Amino acid sequence: MNINVSRRGFLKASAAGTTALLVGINAKGVLAAGSTATAATDLNPFVKIDADGTVTVIIKHFEMGQGTTTGLTTLVAEELDANWDTVVPEFAPADVERYKNLFFGAQGTGGSTSIANSFMQYREAGAAARDLLVRAAAQSWGVDASTITVENGMLSSGGKSGHFGEFVAIAATLSPVEKPAVKTPDQFKLIGSDKLHRKDNTGKTNGTAMFAMDVNLPGMIYAAIIRSPKFGGTVVSFDDSAAKDVGGFIAAQVLPNKAGVVAFGKNTWAAFQARDALSVEWDFSAAETRSTDAMIADHVALLDAPQFDANHEVPLASVTPILEGAAKTIDAQFTFPFLAHAPLEPENCTIEPVGDGVRVHDGCQFPTLTRPMVAATLGIDPSKVEIRTLYAGGSFGRRANAASDYNVEAAMAFAVSGRKVPVKLVWSREDDIKGGYYRPMSAHRAKIGIDADGKIVGWDHRLATKSIAKGGPFEMMVQNGVDPTSVEGVAESLYTLPNMGIGLSDFTTAVPINWWRSVGHTHTGFVMESLMDMVATETGQDPIDMRLAMLDPSGANQARMIEAIKLVREISGWQKGDKRGFAAHFSFNTCVAVVADVTVEDTTVHVNKLFMAVECGVAINPDVIRAQMEGGAGYALSAIFRNEVTLTDGEVDQYNFPDYELLRNPEMPEIEVAIVSSNNAPTGVGEPGVPPTGPAVANAIFAQTGKRILDLPMTKAGFDFV
Amino acid sequence: MGQIPVYRLVTCACVMIAHNKPKERDEAVMQYQLKINGETRTVDAEPGTPLLWVLRDELQLTGTKFGCGVAYCGACTVHVDGYPTRSCQTFVEDAVDSEITTIEGATDKVAQAVQEAWREKDVVQCGWCQSGQIMSAIGLLTENPKPTDDDIKDYMNGNACRCVTYVRINEAIKLASQKLEA
Repeated sequence: MNINVSRRGFLKASAAGTTALLVGINAKGVLAAGSTATAATDLNPFVKIDADGTVTVIIKHFEMGQGTTTGLTTLVAEELDANWDTVVPEFAPADVERYKNLFFGAQGTGGSTSIANSFMQYREAGAAARDLLVRAAAQSWGVDASTITVENGMLSSGGKSGHFGEFVAIAATLSPVEKPAVKTPDQFKLIGSDKLHRKDNTGKTNGTAMFAMDVNLPGMIYAAIIRSPKFGGTVVSFDDSAAKDVGGFIAAQVLPNKAGVVAFGKNTWAAFQARDALSVEWDFSAAETRSTDAMIADHVALLDAPQFDANHEVPLASVTPILEGAAKTIDAQFTFPFLAHAPLEPENCTIEPVGDGVRVHDGCQFPTLTRPMVAATLGIDPSKVEIRTLYAGGSFGRRANAASDYNVEAAMAFAVSGRKVPVKLVWSREDDIKGGYYRPMSAHRAKIGIDADGKIVGWDHRLATKSIAKGGPFEMMVQNGVDPTSVEGVAESLYTLPNMGIGLSDFTTAVPINWWRSVGHTHTGFVMESLMDMVATETGQDPIDMRLAMLDPSGANQARMIEAIKLVREISGWQKGDKRGFAAHFSFNTCVAVVADVTVEDTTVHVNKLFMAVECGVAINPDVIRAQMEGGAGYALSAIFRNEVTLTDGEVDQYNFPDYELLRNPEMPEIEVAIVSSNNAPTGVGEPGVPPTGPAVANAIFAQTGKRILDLPMTKAGFDFV
Repeated sequence: MGQIPVYRLVTCACVMIAHNKPKERDEAVMQYQLKINGETRTVDAEPGTPLLWVLRDELQLTGTKFGCGVAYCGACTVHVDGYPTRSCQTFVEDAVDSEITTIEGATDKVAQAVQEAWREKDVVQCGWCQSGQIMSAIGLLTENPKPTDDDIKDYMNGNACRCVTYVRINEAIKLASQKLEA
C-alpha cells in the first residue's frame, strides 16, 4: 500500500539510516501505517516503533498529574504485547484531525475523558501494530502467521525469535487491517495490573521532567503583567520611572487590549520587581466593584425568580401546589464562594519566534483553543502556530478556558516586545490567586415535600450562578438558556425524585470564572448529598438504606451506583445509627461513594479516615485510580474547610498561600479506596472523587454535633480544622 | 483584536536593555561564586536576587521549583550546608560561602533511598512540588533515620502538595527509612 507518512518535527529522530514503524490514523480518520523512511505528509501516529525495539506512544492528552502518560501507554502496550519497561510516552503536537478528543471533536483534555475517549482508539492502534509485526515476522521467517506468539516485546515461532525492531522495516511496507481484533478482558496482562509504575516517575523525582516554566531559550526575555485590581478595569496610563531603578529591567508596554501593562526583564525576578514598581492609572467604569457580601445577596435574590426551567418535564410552577399539599417540607439554602484552582506551577507560557510563525511552549490543556487564539492575537495563520506541550504542574481546569487567557497574554507580550526574541510570561502566586477564572460563586435553595409515610413527593430546587459556557466557544453546550455545567448533579440525579423542578438564574459579573475540578458538581454534589442526609434525618431512615431504596437497579448507572454504595458500606463496616458521614455522587459517568470518619472537639474538626468506593468501568491502572481518589478527596477538603476568594469593593482580599491555605500533610486523613470490579467501558477518575467528599464530611459533622453546614467554606460555621 | 502596535524596533534583548537602562544600573550587578552540587559556579546577579531565580534562570537548574515566593509552599527547597532551605527567601549574596545542593545534585545514599521509595510508591502526580518534598525528606532522614508518623507529618508540614499526595509521601519516607536500615 502507498501510505503517506509525515515526519513532523516533533517525532524524536530515529537512529540515522534506520526505519521506524508508525501506526496511527490518516487524514481520512482510518488506521494507517508507514515508515519514517518514507517522505510524505499525512500520518500522525499513535505508535512509533524504532529499529532498536523502542516503542513510543504519542500522548494526545496533556499530563497534569492525572496519569495520561501512564494510561494511554498502557492501552497501546497491552494490545501490542510490548515490554512495558521500554515503552516511552511523547506528547502530541497540535493536530485536531488526528489527536482530537473523540468526545469533544476538539483537541483538548477535560471532563475526565482522557482514558474513556481513547480506550478503543489506542488499543486498536496497538493491535494494528502488533498484527503488522506478526505478518512481517511471518514473511521474514517463511512461517505461517498463526504460529507466531508475541510476548514482552519479542516475537517467536518454533525456534526463532526476535524483538519488535527487527521487523519494523518489513512491517512498514504492509497494510494494516481495517479493524484489528483487540483482546477480551480475560486476556489483559497490563490493563488492571497493580505492578505497573507511572511513566513520569523518574523525571519527576530527579528534577529532569520538563515543565513549561523550565523552558530556557537563547536570548529569551521574561515578562510579568500588572492587571487591573478590579476585574474588567482597563489601563489609562502608566509610569515606569520607578521600574527603571530595578536591575535587569528592560521595558514596559501597555498590552494591546489595555487589560494590563507588561514589564520585561532579564530574568523572572527582574520582571517581577519591575512589574511591582509600575504605577498604573485604571479606568474602572466597566469593572466589578461589589464586595462579596453584596454578591452573595445578589445570588440569593435571583433565587426568588428563576430565569430558566432546567427540567422541562417538571416546570417549577407545577411543583408549588404539590409542596403545599405535603405533610411536611424541608427547607434549606446554601452558598458557595469563588475558588482559585491554584495549580502549584503558576500559569506561564513562552512564545518563541520560528520562521514566519511561533512555537508556544505550554502545559497546554486545549490546543484547539490555544492555537487559533494565539494566531489571532499575532495576526498570523493558525498553521504558523506550533504547540510544544510540556508537563503541567497541575491545572484542575485552570489551563483550559475559552479565553486561553495566559496564552493570549504571552502572545500580546511577544507582540509588543517586537517579535524578535522568545518571551516567557510568568505569573506569580499573587497573580494566580488574584487573577480570576475562579470556580463560580453560587447559591441554592431547596424545598422538599414529604408525605405522611416519609416519602418525597415534590422538590423545588433553585440555583443561581454565573454560566461558564455562555459568551464563548462553549456556548453550543447551552440548551434553552440552561448551561448544563450550572445544573449538572442536580439535574438528571440518579435518585428517583418525583416532581422535581429545577429553576436556574444566571448571575452576571466581570469576575472571570471557569471550570474547577468537577465543575458544577463542586456545589451541586454538596447540596444534593446534604439534602439527602436531611431527608434521612427528618424521616428517621438510615442514610445508606434510604439512598439504595431511591436507586432503581434497572438503570445502568443506578446499578453501578448501588454497587459502589454497597462496597463502601462493606469496607467501612457501616452500622445503623453510625456517627460517621455518608455521601455518594455520580459525575463524569463515574459513581463514587464515601464514608467520612471525623472527630469534633468543641469546634475543632479532624478528619480521621475516608473510605471511598468507585465504579469507573474497567480499571486500566488501579493505582492511578486510587491516587486520583486520594487527590480528589484532598482537593475537596482544602476547599470545604477554608478556601474562598473574597472581594472588597471589587478587589480580591487574598494574595497568596498564607491566606489561601492548601491542605497540609498532617491534615490529610487516612484513606482507603476500593474499586468495583467491572468490565464496563472505562469512565473518568480525575474529578469524580471531589464531589462526594465534602458532603460526607459535612454529614459526619452533623452526625456528631447536630450542626448543618450550609455556607462554605466551613470556617463560616465557626469550625476550624487540624 | 486590532493591529498590534510595535512600540519599539529592536533586534534583540540586548538592544532593549541598552536602550532602556541607565548606565549606572550595570554597576549594581555583582559577580558571585556559588558552590552548587560540588562545583563552583560563577554568576552575575543583582544583590537581593533570591537564590531560586539564580538557580532557575541563570544556571538552568530548573529542578528547583517556584510555587509561592514567600516560603510558604516548599517547592523551592534546596539544601544549604545540608539543611533544607527555601531558596525563594535566600538572597544570592547570603549563599556564597555555603554548600548548596539541589535536586540535580541529590545523589547520596539517603537521596537514592528516598528517590527509589518515591518511585516504588508512585508518589508523584503533577510533580511540581516533588523536588521540594524530596529535598525535605532527605533532610528529615539525614537528621532522624527512623522517624515516627508524627515526626514525618511535623517535618513535612511546610511542603504543600496541591495534588494531595501526602499519604504516599509519608509511606515513601517510611519505606526509605527501611531501605536505609537494611
